[in-house]
Amino acid sequence: MIEERFDAIVVGAGMAGNAAALTMAKRGLKVLQIERGEYSGSKNVQGAILYSDMLEKLIPDFREDAPLERHLVEQRFWMMDDHSHVGLHYRSDDFNEERPNRYTIIRAQFDKWFSKKAREAGALVICETTVTELAKDTHGKVIGVHTDRAGGLVRADVVVLAEGVSGLLGTRAHLREIPKPANVALAVKEMHFLPSETIEARFNLKGDEGTVIEAVGTISHGMTGMGFIYSNKECISLGIGCLVSDFQKSGVTPYELIERFKRHPSVAPLIEGSEVKEYSAHLIPEGGYKAVPQLYGDGWVVVGDAAQLNNAIHREGSNLAMTSGRLAGEAIFQVKSRRDPMTAANLSLYKKMLDDSFVMKDLKKYKDMPQLLHIQSQNFFLTYPQLVSKAMENFVRVDGTPKAEKEKATLKSFVSKRSWSGLFGDALRFARAWR
Amino acid sequence: MSQLPKAPAPQAPSRAATKKELPKHLKAYKHIWVFIEQERGQVHPVSWELMGAGRALADKLKVDLAAVVVGPRWDATNQVIKESFCYGADLVYVVTDDVLADYRNEAYTKALTELVNTYKPEILLLGATTLGRDLAGSVATTLLTGLTADCTALDVDAEGSLAATRPTFGGSLLCTIFTLSYRPQMATVRPRVMAMPERVEREVGRVIEFPLGLVEDDIITKVLKFIPDRESSKSNLAYADVVVSGGLGLGSPENFQLIRQLAGVLGAEYGCSRPLVQKGWVPADRQIGQTGKTIRPRLYIAAGISGAIQHRVGVEGADLIVAINTDKNAPIFDFAHVGIVTDAVRLLPGLTEAFRKRLSPHARDRLAS
Amino acid sequence: MHIVVCIKQVPDSAQIRVHPVTNTIMRQGVPTIINPFDLFAVEEALRLRDKFGGEVTVLTMGPPSAEDSLRKALTFGVDRAVLLTDRYFAGADTLATTYALATAIRKIGTTYGTPDLVFTGKQTIDGDTAQVGPGIAKRLGLLQLTYVGRIVSLDPEAHSIEVERRSEGGVQHLHSRLPCLITMLEATNEIRRGSVADALRAARAEIVKWNAQDAGVEDITKCGLKGSPTIVKKVFAPSPRAQKATFVEPSDQPPAEALIAEIFEGRPKLESKLAELARGF
Ligand SMILES: Cc1cc2nc3c(=O)[nH]c(=O)nc-3n(C[C@H](O)[C@H](O)[C@H](O)COP(=O)(O)OP(=O)(O)OC[C@H]3O[C@@H](n4cnc5c(N)ncnc54)[C@H](O)[C@@H]3O)c2cc1C
Ligand SMILES: Cc1cc2nc3c(=O)[nH]c(=O)nc-3n(C[C@H](O)[C@H](O)[C@H](O)COP(=O)(O)OP(=O)(O)OC[C@H]3O[C@@H](n4cnc5c(N)ncnc54)[C@H](O)[C@@H]3O)c2cc1C
Ligand SMILES: Nc1ncnc2c1ncn2[C@@H]1O[C@H](COP(=O)(O)O)[C@@H](O)[C@H]1O
Repeated sequence: MIEERFDAIVVGAGMAGNAAALTMAKRGLKVLQIERGEYSGSKNVQGAILYSDMLEKLIPDFREDAPLERHLVEQRFWMMDDHSHVGLHYRSDDFNEERPNRYTIIRAQFDKWFSKKAREAGALVICETTVTELAKDTHGKVIGVHTDRAGGLVRADVVVLAEGVSGLLGTRAHLREIPKPANVALAVKEMHFLPSETIEARFNLKGDEGTVIEAVGTISHGMTGMGFIYSNKECISLGIGCLVSDFQKSGVTPYELIERFKRHPSVAPLIEGSEVKEYSAHLIPEGGYKAVPQLYGDGWVVVGDAAQLNNAIHREGSNLAMTSGRLAGEAIFQVKSRRDPMTAANLSLYKKMLDDSFVMKDLKKYKDMPQLLHIQSQNFFLTYPQLVSKAMENFVRVDGTPKAEKEKATLKSFVSKRSWSGLFGDALRFARAWR
Repeated sequence: MSQLPKAPAPQAPSRAATKKELPKHLKAYKHIWVFIEQERGQVHPVSWELMGAGRALADKLKVDLAAVVVGPRWDATNQVIKESFCYGADLVYVVTDDVLADYRNEAYTKALTELVNTYKPEILLLGATTLGRDLAGSVATTLLTGLTADCTALDVDAEGSLAATRPTFGGSLLCTIFTLSYRPQMATVRPRVMAMPERVEREVGRVIEFPLGLVEDDIITKVLKFIPDRESSKSNLAYADVVVSGGLGLGSPENFQLIRQLAGVLGAEYGCSRPLVQKGWVPADRQIGQTGKTIRPRLYIAAGISGAIQHRVGVEGADLIVAINTDKNAPIFDFAHVGIVTDAVRLLPGLTEAFRKRLSPHARDRLAS
Repeated sequence: MHIVVCIKQVPDSAQIRVHPVTNTIMRQGVPTIINPFDLFAVEEALRLRDKFGGEVTVLTMGPPSAEDSLRKALTFGVDRAVLLTDRYFAGADTLATTYALATAIRKIGTTYGTPDLVFTGKQTIDGDTAQVGPGIAKRLGLLQLTYVGRIVSLDPEAHSIEVERRSEGGVQHLHSRLPCLITMLEATNEIRRGSVADALRAARAEIVKWNAQDAGVEDITKCGLKGSPTIVKKVFAPSPRAQKATFVEPSDQPPAEALIAEIFEGRPKLESKLAELARGF
C-alpha cells in the first residue's frame, strides 16, 4: 500500500476527468489522476467539436495555446436518401469573431494539452495505469483505488469516476448498472488526411474556418443514428453512429455503415484521394435524462460519459463532460473547505449544482427525444428522408409538369407512405419532445 | 538526432544552400575504396556487391577502385586479395597481422584510420553489417568526417560529390545526403541492396601492404571464443531465392507450421513479420523488415501479413511478391504483384500440395515436351 | 555502479504520413515514442543496477517535448533523467550528435559520478544509423561492445566484463574492461513495468535540463547543423508502385492451382528455378 493519501483520485483523463482534476488542483487540493492510455487522449483518436464557453469557465485564455483545428463558420444539416440529400446550411461571417464559439479539435492532441494544464495546476498525473477496482471500507464507503501496477491500494477521500461511457468500474462496484443497448450509440469514425488547401477548397473555407456536416437518413438503414463530417486543418473526421440495440436488431455492421456513408455521392467527393489513418469505434451514451444513473455516493462521484451525460440531439458530450467535471471539482472543494467528510449527503451538492446547470436542464428538455427517435426510427430515418428528397426533386426538376400537380403528387406521396394521423402524430410528438 | 535534421523536408533546401568549396588540404583525397569484410576467410557478399557499386562510381569519376583487406596472415586472406581483383579492384590495400584474426574494434579501427590518413581516398564504402557499422562509426568519428549509413543508392553529382540516398522515418521517406567539405565521404550499404556483380577471373594486380603496429598486449578486448551459427538453425534469408513468410494473420504458432511446410516443398527460406518474433513464435533472425532482414528473392510469398511500411521496406527488392490476405484493402496489396483474398490457413496446405505436384520431375518433363 | 543510458524520442514510424502533394512529412498527430531499441538498453541497465546497486541515468538530446520520453523512462524505475536541449543542437547528424552527447556524459560524470557503463540502443528508427553508439565511445575513449545479446558476467571491482556479441556469422564471446560502451541487441529482454510508487515518483521527478552551455559544450560550431559534415539535399517519398496487385479471382479452378498458374504466368524462368530448388529437397 502507498503510504501517501490524496484528497481526491480522478479516474480517467478525458474531458470530464481533466476538468475535474484541473478544478480541484487549482483550488489547492492534492489530486491524483490515473489514466489507462499512454497519455491523456491516446485512447481518444477521434476529432470532435469543442465548445468555447464551457472551456473558458476552466481556462479563460485557452485560445493562446490550445491545439485547435478550425473555428466553425458553417453548419450543414443533411437529410439523405441513397443518392441525394436535402440540405439546410447556416453560414455566417459573424462566426469569424474575436473569440469564436466552436472549434474542431483532434482529441488526441487536445486532451494532451488539457492534461498538461491540469498538471501545471498541480495535479499528479500517472498514465499507462488502469484502475482495476474501487476499494471500499466495511461500510461500503469508497476509500481509494487498486490499479494494474504493483504496489496495491492508493487511498483518497473521494474518487471521481471519469472513466468514460464504459463505466466499468462503477458497474463493477455496483454503483450503477450496465448501460442498456438502447441507451448507447456505437459511433465509428475515420480520419481522412488531405492537404489543408484541398480541404479549404472542398468546403469553401479560408484560413482557419471550418464546417460541420451532420446527416440523417437512409445512410443509417432506418436505425436511429446520424452521420457527421468535421473539417480539421489537415484532415476530415467522418463518422456515423447508431444505437447499439438497433445494430443488434438490423445485423448491419458499423463497418458496412461507414463504407456506405463514404460511398454516398454527396460524401465521396469530399474525401476523394484522402489517406485514411485512424479508424476508431467508440460508444456514446444517448439515453438522455432518463438514463442518468446515481451521480454520487459515499466517497465517490461520477462525471461525463460515465454518468451518461450526453446530449444526443446536439451531439454535445465533451461540454457536458467538462461542465460536470468542473462542478464535481467545485463541489468536492466546497465540502473539503468546510472540513466535512466526503459522504453521500455532502456530495449531493454536486448533483444540485448539476441540476441548476444547463447540463441537466438540456437533458430534461429533450428527455423524451431519445425514445421517440428510437420508436419512430423507421419514419424519421428512412421514410421522411426519402419523401423529402423526392419532394425536392419534384420541386426543382423542370419537366413541364404543372407546379400544382407536382405539389399534389408530393403531398400524396407523404400521405400514402404515412397516414394523415401518422403524419400529424409524428409532428406533434416531435414538437413536444423538442419543447 | 542522428542522420537527419529534425524536420528534414523543410530544412533540406536551407542545408542544400550551404554547399562549400572543398578545402585545399582535402583536394588530395582521390579514388574509391571498398572495405572487404571477412570473417575467418569468409568474405561477406555485401563487399562484392559494393565492389560493383564502387566500380560504377570509379568509372564516372575516372578514378581507381581499391579494395581494403584487413585480416590475419593466412592463405585465406591471400585468397580474399585475389578475389578482390576478380571483382574489379584496380589495386588492393592490405593490413595483415595475426592479432586481426578476429574482428575487434580497436585493432580494425586503427588499421583503417591510418590507412585512410596515409593514402587519402575520397570515398570509403563499407557494408552495413554488424562489423561494418561497428567499424564505420569509430572510423568516421576518429576522422571527424561525414558518414551516411544504410544507403540504398549511390551516385556522384555534377561536381563529383557522392550522393548517398537512404531511407528514413521507417522507409516512409528517402533522402539524399552529401558530405561536401570533409573527406573521405563515407557510406555504409545494406546487404542485398546493390546487385551482385559478375566475377571475372583476373590476375593479382597492385597490392600495397601496410603495417598495423599493434601487438596483442595493446588490445584490451579479448575474444574468448567464436561460436559460428549452426548451419541448420542459421537462416540464409537475405540471400534466399525464394522466401515464404507469415504474419499475425495465421492466428497461432501451430499454423506457422504451414509456412515451414510450404518453404520445405519450395526449398525456400521462411521468414515472418515482427509481431511473431515478439510473441516468441519465431526466432528473431527470421524477422523481415526495417528492424529485421532485407531480402531480395526471386519469389516472396507473404501470408497473413498486412504489409506495414516497416515490413514493406524489407521486401520491396523481391522480383515477385505474392500476398495472401483476407482483407482486400490490406496495404500489402499496394506493393504485391500477385494477390489472393482468402484465408491463408485454409489455402496453404492445398498450395503446398499443388506446388509439390507442379514442381515434381515428371510434371516438368511434361512441361518440356 | 553508475550507468548512463542514451535514449531517443522518435516519431512512431508506423504513424508517419507523407503529404501527397509536397512530399513533406505531415507531423500532425504523429505520436512520439521512446526508440524501441533503447528499451532493451534501459532494461539491461536496470537489471545490472538491481544486481550490483548504484544508479541509472537516462540521457536524451532532443526538443523540450522529449521530456515525455524521459518521464516515461522514470516510470520504469531509472533514477535520473537528463534532457539535453538547445536550438544549437537542432539538425545534428551523427557526428554532431555524438559530440553533444559525449560532452553531456562527461558532465554527468563530474556531476553525478563517473559512469562505469554507457548504454545505447542498437539503432534508432528515424536516424537508423547505428553510428551514434560507436561515435560516443570513440569520443569518450571508451571500449565499445556493440550488438551485445547477453552480458555473461560483470565484476565492478575488477572492472571486467564478459559479453556475447552478435556478429554476422556467429556469436563472439568477448572479455573486456570497464568503463565501456555497450549497444544492446533487440529482443534480449523485456522492459519492466514500474510499480505505482515508481509511477508517482516519475510524475513528480525533476528532469535535469541542460542547454549547450550547461552541458559544458566549448565549441558551439561542433553542434547541430553547423557541426554536421553531412548535408541533406533532398527528401522525397519513394515512388509508389504504379499498379496494384493482380488478384486471383475465385473460379471453378481450385484457388491454390489458380494462384500457382498466376505466379508462373509468363515466368518460365521462375518455374524452372523453383523446380531446381525443389529438387534439392
Ligand atoms: C465518434 C464520436 C464523436 C463525438 N463527437 C463529439 C463532438 O463533436 N462534440 C462533443 O462535445 N462530444 C462529442 N462526442 C462525445 C465526447 O467524445 C464524450 O462525451 C466525451 O469525450 C466524454 O468525456 P469523458 O471524459 O467523460 O470520457 P472519455 O473522453 O471517454 O475519457 C475517459 C478516459 O478514461 C480513461 N479510462 C477509462 N477507464 C479507465 C480505468 N479503469 N483506469 C484508468 N483510466 C481509465 C480512458 O482511457 C479515457 O481516457 C463524440 C463521441 C464520439 C464517440
Ligand atoms: C519501430 C518499428 C519497427 C518495426 N519493424 C518491423 C519489421 O522489421 N518487420 C515487420 O514485419 N514489422 C515491423 N514493425 C511492425 C509493423 O509496424 C507492423 O505492426 C507489423 O508488420 C504487422 O505484422 P502483421 O502484418 O503480421 O500483423 P497485422 O498488421 O495484424 O496483419 C495481419 C494481417 O493478416 C490478415 N489476416 C487475418 N486473418 C487472416 C487469414 N486467416 N488469412 C490471411 N490473412 C489474414 C489481416 O487482414 C491483416 O492484414 C515495426 C514497427 C515499429 C513501430
Ligand atoms: N538524440 C539522441 N539522444 C540520446 N541518444 C541518442 C540520440 N540519438 C541516438 N541516440 C542513441 O544512439 C543509438 C543509435 O542511434 P542511431 O545512430 O541514430 O541509430 C540509439 O539507440 C540511442 O541509444
